[in-house]
Order: sequence, then C-alpha cells, then structure tokens
Amino acid sequence: MTILEFSLLVAMGSMAAGLLGSLTGLGGGVVLIPMLTVLFKVDIRYAVGASLIAVIATSSGAAAAYVREGFSNIRIGMFLEIATTIGALLGAFIATWVAPSTIAIIFGFMLLYSAYLAAQPRRKLLGDEIQDPIATRLKLNGSFPTPEGTRHYCVHRVPAGFSLMFGAGALSGLLGIGSGAVKVLAMDQAMRIPFKVSTTTSNFMIGVTAAASAGVYLNRGYIDPGLAMPVMLGVLAGSMLGARILVKAETHWLRIVFGIVIALLGIEMLYKGFFGRI
Amino acid sequence: MTGPQAWNDRRVEDIIGNLLRVGVVLAASVVFIGAVIYLVRHGGAPANYRVFQSEPTELRQPRGIVHGAFALSSRGIIQLGLLLLIATPILRVAFSVFAFAAEKDRMYMIFTMIVLSILLYSVMGTG
Repeated sequence: MTILEFSLLVAMGSMAAGLLGSLTGLGGGVVLIPMLTVLFKVDIRYAVGASLIAVIATSSGAAAAYVREGFSNIRIGMFLEIATTIGALLGAFIATWVAPSTIAIIFGFMLLYSAYLAAQPRRKLLGDEIQDPIATRLKLNGSFPTPEGTRHYCVHRVPAGFSLMFGAGALSGLLGIGSGAVKVLAMDQAMRIPFKVSTTTSNFMIGVTAAASAGVYLNRGYIDPGLAMPVMLGVLAGSMLGARILVKAETHWLRIVFGIVIALLGIEMLYKGFFGRI
Repeated sequence: MTGPQAWNDRRVEDIIGNLLRVGVVLAASVVFIGAVIYLVRHGGAPANYRVFQSEPTELRQPRGIVHGAFALSSRGIIQLGLLLLIATPILRVAFSVFAFAAEKDRMYMIFTMIVLSILLYSVMGTG
C-alpha cells in the first residue's frame, strides 16, 4: 500500500469513527485504536499517539460550541483537571515502558466496559439537596439555564469523584482515549452532576487531559506526522458532521449497534494481546 | 459589577470558546497544508507502520519542530500543526489563570497554575 492510499483509507476510517463517536457520545478513540491496530496493522504506540491528537481536536472543537450554551462548569472542570492531568502524565509514562500486548489487553477490557455502558439506557440520577461541605468550600455548586428558568445543582462526594478522575486521566494517557466511560462513573454517578453539565464539562476537560499525555508522547517520538495527519483531519470532519445530525438522529439503536461493535473489537484486542499478535 | 468590562464567568467562557475554535481551525489548516505537500512529495512511497521506530529528534521537541516546519519539511509542517493543536488547551488553561486572577479568586488561580505547570512540564521537559 502506498502512503497516498494508506492516508486516504485511514482518513475515511477515522471519519467514520469520529461520526460514530459523536453520535453515541462515547468518543471516537474507542473505535479508532482497534481499527488502526487490527485493520491497518499499525503499531499500538503510534495508534495511541495519533488517537490522543484526535481526542484534543474533537474535544476543543466541541467545547468551543458547548461553552456558549452555559452548561459547562469551569470550576468543576479546572478542579478535576488537577487529577486528570497528573493521572495522564502517569499513564503516558507507564505506556512508555509496558509491553504493547499489555496495553492491548487493558484496552480490550476497557472496550468491553464501554460496550456495557453503551447498551445501558441513560439513567437520570437526581442529586439530593444535602450539600457536600467540600463542594461548597471549593465553590463547585452551580446552575444552568433550562426552559423553566435557571436550575441550581449541588455537587456530591468530591473525594470519590476526584480519585476516579485520576484513574480516568491515567487510562487516557495509557490508551489514548478520552475516557468518557470513567467520566460517567465519576461525574454522573459519584458526584451527581446533572447530565448536561457533566457531559459538556468533561468534553472541556478531555482536551486538557489529552494534551498532558500528548506532550509526553511527542517527546518520546510516539507521534508520527504521517499517521496523525489523516487521523486528526478524518476524526475532526466526522465529529463535526455528527454534531450537525445529532439533533435529528435516533440514537438509541445506534448505541446498541455501537455497543456490539466495540464488544467484538474488545474481544479481538484481548485475543491479540494474550496471544502476542500485537 | 456587571458592566460590560467586568470579568465574570460568562465573559471568560465566551473568550475561551473563541480561543478553542481559532486554535483548532489554525492547527487543522497547518496540518492540511503539510498533508498536501507530504502526499505530493511522498504519496507514492510504500506505507509502513507495522514496525515501531521512535520519531527522529527534530520531530519530538518544540524547537526542532518549528525549525523543521520553517525549512518546509512536509512532516515538519504537519508536526507544527499538531503542536499548535496541543498548545490550544494549554493556552486555554493559561488564559484561565489570568481570568481567575482578574476575578480575584486566589484558590482557583492556584489550582489553574498547578494544571498549567503539569502541562508545560509534559510538553517541554520530559525529553
């Protein structure tokens, strides 16, 4: 395969990954890395580097649109970024000394968990009115606009959320993904942040988190311009397209299809990881 | 307090939104220009990403990348675009330090500076 053919095929695949990722809200990284390693036979370290670049591009692109709507909470974001960036640095350093097959195995389990989440209906957890003193002290509680007027919310279990976000950052640095799945655990389930606020705020944070590990990958020579180029441009185009049709699309069945696809990819990654084919 | 010049979260978020958009568009344009040159020059060569070999030093450090891009190396131009992309969220954090300072929120100014130093350490100092 020539570089031209390879670049065009990777760009098309990345566009599909970006489109699916934005329509399902699970991010493109979970499909991108199995696609690059299994289909295009790219070394997983190059794949992770390129995926981190794509994660920064989509996160910054989407955050630019979200931020104006007034849902994202800049203080929650900045506070949790302390945890995610330290985690991301750690994850990126671990990635430089573990075997590629280990990364593939961890990735496989992450895919299975993401598949499980995709198949779950989105549960609405309502926070109670008891305030967490830590959240109050850190000024994390906020409000957002609704058609019925401004709605106030309280943030809960800050230490648990902070620790989970450290884990999310480490996984992001190790696997080159946005870790949207762990974010659901930390921000939605533990901290009980309203869904719209947690989604937009985490989108905001993902770019900063990925930048922390991308720096390490760049310094270590794991970011190849020839591969990152079609991945970045493809994912960016796909996610922009996704954001346009999201309003009209029926996403329930799409999430189920997506769940099956990533479950199969997860099994494939586990198989390759355990049998040293990666 | 809420005059047009007051530093409130709303205004900060507007500026950050614009900053992110400009950063992504700029980075994508530079990558695209580099891509066209790269494909014209090297499009016919065989692609090989099966075997991992670390990138050369001039594509790893900010200084080397800028140097390569100005020497019109196609891979250097793409790498410069990628570096601009990585710099976008870092700039956003740097701007937030300033915004929290203007809001006289010392606690968040410190939080933001912690995040900023981690990011700068990652890009500059781990070679």
